[in-house]
Amino acid sequence: MSDRLTHGTPLRPPLLSLSGVHTHIGQYHILQGVDLDIPEGQLTMLLGRNGAGKTTTMRTIMGLWQPSRGEIRFDGAGLAGLPTPEIARRGIAYVPENMGIFGALTVQENMHLAARSGPMDSARLDWLFEVFPALKKFWKSPAGSLSGGQKQMLAIARAVIEPSRLLLIDEPTKGLAPAIVSALTGAILQLKSFGATILMVEQNFAMARAVGDTVAVMDDGRIVHRGLMADLAADKALQERLLGLSMDMHQ
Amino acid sequence: MLNTLFSGDFPRSRWLTGLLLLIAVALLLAPFLFPGSRPLDTAAKVCIFIVLVASYDLLLGYTGVVSFAHTVFFGMGAYGAAIALAKVGPGWGALLTGGALGVLSAMVLALLIALFSLRVRAIFFAMVTLAVASAFAILVSQLFHITGGEDGLSYSLPRELTPAFRLVQDKVFDVRIDGRLLTYYLVLTACAGLFLGLLRLVNSPFGRVLQAIRENEFRAEALGYRTVLYRTLASCIAAGVAALAGVMMAVWARYTGPETTLSMDIMVNILLMVVIGGMGTLYGAVVGATLFVLAQNYLQTLMAGLSSAVSGVPVLPNLFAPDRWLLWLGVLFILSVYFFPTGLVGRLRGTGSGR
Repeated sequence: MSDRLTHGTPLRPPLLSLSGVHTHIGQYHILQGVDLDIPEGQLTMLLGRNGAGKTTTMRTIMGLWQPSRGEIRFDGAGLAGLPTPEIARRGIAYVPENMGIFGALTVQENMHLAARSGPMDSARLDWLFEVFPALKKFWKSPAGSLSGGQKQMLAIARAVIEPSRLLLIDEPTKGLAPAIVSALTGAILQLKSFGATILMVEQNFAMARAVGDTVAVMDDGRIVHRGLMADLAADKALQERLLGLSMDMHQ
Repeated sequence: MLNTLFSGDFPRSRWLTGLLLLIAVALLLAPFLFPGSRPLDTAAKVCIFIVLVASYDLLLGYTGVVSFAHTVFFGMGAYGAAIALAKVGPGWGALLTGGALGVLSAMVLALLIALFSLRVRAIFFAMVTLAVASAFAILVSQLFHITGGEDGLSYSLPRELTPAFRLVQDKVFDVRIDGRLLTYYLVLTACAGLFLGLLRLVNSPFGRVLQAIRENEFRAEALGYRTVLYRTLASCIAAGVAALAGVMMAVWARYTGPETTLSMDIMVNILLMVVIGGMGTLYGAVVGATLFVLAQNYLQTLMAGLSSAVSGVPVLPNLFAPDRWLLWLGVLFILSVYFFPTGLVGRLRGTGSGR
């Protein structure tokens, strides 16, 4: 495993760290000792082949699967064993793989749900309308009637309407048209510019390269590589060894 | 003002608005439009069942919780008022205290059931509520010295609610303004208030969380909502409202027994009313309860008329014989579920989503 993080990033304690995390789902041993640090104020890409354990890692952090072994620490405090709502209330927002919107509720109601602490911050909402104009247009429409891209925008907007310390985004571009991917990339770059800490799973390497600061690659339920995203993007041999194909071929 | 009254949740369909207005006007003027004790009895039962079905819709349609214990809560409210009136006497104090105790007991029982079983999967919760419903019916039957057993309890009401009480000596539009009429309007007002209260609840932030839980519990949890807490609260509120409907039933019927409050038939009827009207709409409760109670009360009469109208035709008079009314009721329900899978309200709104 290569580890070049110390060269490019400041030595601050990570906001989230996973140490030797194992997760079993039924009889299957999915995570087999995940060690991962998420530095504050950076976007960490979590890459890997299908079935490597990326989504399970996200869900384990959120408490949707309980780890059978290992430690998850967020801002210095342990998360393992806490129920999902408590983890969310500590400041971790989650955009699941399948968008996770509530289709029968309107866009407005979806956003209100996310603003747990009361009325939505109007400045934040205005910014979201700027980044995702479709949300304003379909504000009173049922979220289920939105297109795939608009649903994904709503899912991300819902995750950021309430200030959070860490944003987990699982495959935001899955099944989306290139134009929508480009809009999403712009939105995530804007989020980054505000200093958000993000852990993102993504199969679209163009997007991963455009937005990622650091990268962790998973295989067989373990982290097999950690480093800077730019380094992985520049090393085709490493890409082929870790991911099976080079990023250019994936785009 | 209308926006406040309906909590911004309007019928969103001209046909539905027309139908709801028709039902509201018919209920409001029932004593004057349809004189006689049977139409008034039907109208009062429509009011009570609207509230009972709406409270069940809060659970099933808005929260996605399947419970078979709703008649238990309905019965607890009815028996609370009935036992107090039968044992203490026909006073307002007995009625209010008994009713309040019934409602409180129903909410406590709902809390206990929820705490013990809402964490398990939906099918197990449904089974637990089925067991509780059976156990409660047996308990009521066994405690006959308190509940009257299978015979139930008959009792007198406070004087102001009896037919002997005259609010106005002269008739108004040929209708006697007596305690019975007063009781009807008391029931109607309470039911309207409870319905509008439920409408406010489902359109509040609390109601939105319930709908989110119904759609996907994990997503709601990932947003930071303690879903068990919300489902428990919804169960307690639904139980409290069902018990209040039970109190009104006890007041209106002046009799409370297992057949009128606790039977599994009533539970199945409530389920049918929710499904026919449209789950997760509340207005569906109004439409479903009205159609169902009307069918229960007047289908036999309608069929008797049909049967005599086709008396010369072979087979048909037998097919429409009044004692075959349950068969036709079943056929009507199968057809309505087949043609309106999102309920009548879903169909009238033309959304196809039932919401």
